[in-house]
Amino acid sequence: MNSFPAPRPAVTDVSRPYWQAAQAHRLDLQRCDDCQEWIFYPRQVCSECLSSALSWHTVSGLGVVYSYTVLHSPPHPGLADQLPLVVAIVELDEGPHLTTNLVDVEPAEVEIGLPVKVCFDDLDADTTLVKFRPR
Amino acid sequence: MSLRGKAAITGFAEMAPQKRPEGKTSLGIIAEMARGAIADAGLEKSDIDGLLTAASLSDFSMLWPSAVVEYLHLKPRYFDQVELGGASSAGMVWRAAAAIEAGMCNTVLCVIGDTWDSRLFMEKPPPFPATEAEFDAPYGLAGANPGYALIAQRHMHEFGTTPEQLAKVAVDQRTNACANPQALFGDKLITIDDVLSSRMIAEPLHLLEIVSPATGGGAFIVTSADRARHSPNRPVYLLGAGEAGEHSSITRAPSITHSLVKPAAEQAFAMAGVTPQQVDFVQPYDCYTITVIVTLEDAGFCAKGEGGRFVEETDLTWRGELPCNTHGGQLSFGQPGIAGGMSHVIEGVRQLMGRGDQRQVADATLGFVNGNGGIMAEQCSLILGVEA
Repeated sequence: MNSFPAPRPAVTDVSRPYWQAAQAHRLDLQRCDDCQEWIFYPRQVCSECLSSALSWHTVSGLGVVYSYTVLHSPPHPGLADQLPLVVAIVELDEGPHLTTNLVDVEPAEVEIGLPVKVCFDDLDADTTLVKFRPR
Repeated sequence: MSLRGKAAITGFAEMAPQKRPEGKTSLGIIAEMARGAIADAGLEKSDIDGLLTAASLSDFSMLWPSAVVEYLHLKPRYFDQVELGGASSAGMVWRAAAAIEAGMCNTVLCVIGDTWDSRLFMEKPPPFPATEAEFDAPYGLAGANPGYALIAQRHMHEFGTTPEQLAKVAVDQRTNACANPQALFGDKLITIDDVLSSRMIAEPLHLLEIVSPATGGGAFIVTSADRARHSPNRPVYLLGAGEAGEHSSITRAPSITHSLVKPAAEQAFAMAGVTPQQVDFVQPYDCYTITVIVTLEDAGFCAKGEGGRFVEETDLTWRGELPCNTHGGQLSFGQPGIAGGMSHVIEGVRQLMGRGDQRQVADATLGFVNGNGGIMAEQCSLILGVEA
């Protein structure tokens, strides 16, 4: 039994729609109504044009692996029982980059450029993490 | 108007990194380093009217500059904290020069101490931004290892950089550490095979490509060029400085292989009026082997993407073609928490003062120092030289 809890998202009022969508197994991102920029992570203000006119949209969930690492040493004591852990940056078709884990793939078969699709890991009733698998 | 030649570093003190705090506190180390640097510069405590410091990772708090002022009974007319992670020390140099040039003070003590160690790193990690705690850490992008591993993997993919080329950085810096009695890992040379056969931590990075947390600290004194002429040491002038930021999490960097060293170094070289080809040594922040390769590329010491081949073909030891991290770098000197970046500034100063002892770079008159904070998130480049 790991004595340290795994790090969990501390949800804010601004980010709650993102995590609630994940619980419903949807990937929702904000987009700026003024400059059309896709925005990740959730914000109160568009990081490009500083507009407050942001709205939520369900996106394709499709992307490619931009980079990855296979961890053999825990980056946090609460993740010690998840090794080897594949941490990746996925570039969504819509543009934004997300930190995620790759699942349903052998670590040795992961490569940059690998096409992936979103999937959802329901950790418990309160938390669903957004992960990706090969497509 | 620029800061070129307006201020100089006239003294320093540095603690040999140690694995554990061994009864020391961060403020206590700061006090010891302050005492050493003030004496080294031939000054009295009452000469110090400016203070720049950075909160230690081990007992991070607000109001840190005031805590330091109180501990040392200083009376600064200018004091502040520079919170740029590993770039904090480099960032202090030009801030001190700017405050002096603006007339806010005459002589600035720049000091950091940190009782960091590997147990604290896991048990009491420093508070990263809430956005990273929410969107990165739950997936294992926590601490620094995964972030730099992502950079190294992508660099290998884009440019064909090899594990052997990455390892060469650690090997040459270890050679430098073996000429530095203060280095934490200075007792045994290593080979590329040693690096590649060390434990895999975060692919593609091995144990010997990653800094070891330590306790330590350092301090230096910045004063006006006029006052520096009375220093017992050869003054080391700030000739150029540049700084850049754009992201915090590496996931939010527009490109993880093209770093902000480029704009920071370009500004520093332009201010100094010199080129990378003119410097006698480099002290680039090295938390990982990949950090050095990306920094050398983006600072203009080789073409973008050629960093792997460049370090493979270039002798980076203190007696080599481009002496790099002549103290051993953090990889072999040790990384005393937030004070880790002190070591690059101080080693640059030490070489230019001609106090490099057995690792002295011959005829060193011009050096490049780079500070890097977070996951390539904060960059501060400095050009230091012996003539204003």
